[in-house]
Amino acid sequence: MRSIVLQHMIDNKDHYIEQWRVSFDQLLFSRSESTIKPQYIQDEMKDEFVSVIFDTLTMDRHSRRAVVKRFVERLIHDGWIVSEFIMSLQKLRRIVMKDLSKHYDKDKFVDLSSELEDWLDEQITDLTTEFAKNHEEVKAIQKVALKELSAPLIPVFDKIVVMPLIGTIDTKRASQIMENLLEGIIEHRAQVVLIDITGVPLVDTMVAHHIIRASEAVRLVGAECLLVGIRPEIAQTIVNLGIDLGNFTTKSTLKKGVETALQMTHRDIITNEEPVTGGGLK
Amino acid sequence: MSNHSCIEIANEWGIVSARQAGRELSKDIGFGSVDQARITTAISELARNIYLYTEIGKIDLEEISDNHRNGKARGIKVVASDKGPGIENLRDVMVDGFTTSGGLGAGLPGVKRLMDEFDIESIPGEGTTITTIKWLR
Ligand SMILES: Nc1ncnc2c1ncn2[C@@H]1O[C@H](COP(=O)(O)OP(=O)(O)OP(=O)(O)O)[C@@H](O)[C@H]1O
Ligand SMILES: [Mg+2]
Repeated sequence: MRSIVLQHMIDNKDHYIEQWRVSFDQLLFSRSESTIKPQYIQDEMKDEFVSVIFDTLTMDRHSRRAVVKRFVERLIHDGWIVSEFIMSLQKLRRIVMKDLSKHYDKDKFVDLSSELEDWLDEQITDLTTEFAKNHEEVKAIQKVALKELSAPLIPVFDKIVVMPLIGTIDTKRASQIMENLLEGIIEHRAQVVLIDITGVPLVDTMVAHHIIRASEAVRLVGAECLLVGIRPEIAQTIVNLGIDLGNFTTKSTLKKGVETALQMTHRDIITNEEPVTGGGLK
Repeated sequence: MSNHSCIEIANEWGIVSARQAGRELSKDIGFGSVDQARITTAISELARNIYLYTEIGKIDLEEISDNHRNGKARGIKVVASDKGPGIENLRDVMVDGFTTSGGLGAGLPGVKRLMDEFDIESIPGEGTTITTIKWLR
């Protein structure tokens, strides 16, 4: 048996949609990342929300959740703020309440309004649950992406890998670097790792300490670390700090580092005396 | 009091903010890229010590000028202050390699070398204030 309130709303669907939609005009649905929201996009979103709420009146909770899920996915994808949609449900509550109070006597009204509350609670729960779930998923994906981005390891030649570091290194990133280095060395059977710090804005004692520790760990798994891309001002501050990089092979550029790495793995760069003609495969 | 800023150090983000503010101010004053790096590194060390060894503290940055030095000298003053546990033996912590946290122990002696003037005041149980200056040459 469908509740009286829902049946009432289904019977007067057009009336409520119209009234509710009008109340939307005072609400500005906004997006988190930008303040520009053309009217037609606003209207489209409002219409869609209306149909999500009213088309699902006849559905069971399971099928309704599927609709809400799809709607929330779109909300998040386009960067809408969910709280405004929830606020608009309060408007709907007021509109329906007012009508109910006109049509039913006091005792009946108390029953019906609690029915309405239950229905609204369900809507809000479904919306926020889906929203939170979706957010968690996005966060998990971003975490993986950040992990890969914050300390990428690139195999450039057989046995040689490069880790270019760009941006500020905090404690979390420092441990990521260590983890990715060791995993990558084993995965690629690397003998030489080039750590390129061209993109690191500042090398203080913490960063230096982490690099030193990382290179010691690298040695323990049977490879060697080369530190490349030390800019002149960074070299100066390292000296001022009194940090001893004596155990380190350092090279000013990645190019020189790669040359050294090739030598360390017993390979030479040969320039052909006769230019290769034809350019085809052998 | 033209150029003055104060950055609270309560977490790792504070360290980054202090560094950025220091880099901007030293650039404004006219320091070259090597000195900018020295000043920023010194700020990073002081801020990280606050983050590591105390609950909360702050870094004050200020452009200064000194009329005593023949004519006018300009510089940057960096003051790191906290109400943390303080330092028992000031001589120990200024020795290269002294650390209570398994670090390199290069921070404070390093700051002294990175900057032109260095002064440390600390009362055990009350806190620490480190004042450093770099002059523009
Ligand atoms: N603000 C502070 N309050 C209390 N103790 C401090 C403070 N700053 C430094 N110390 C003490 O002084 C010691 C030396 O500091 P310093 O910065 O020279 O080295 P570190 O922090 O141990 O290592 P590094 O800076 O090389 O990573 C610290 O280990 C800590 O015990
Ligand atoms: Mg330190």
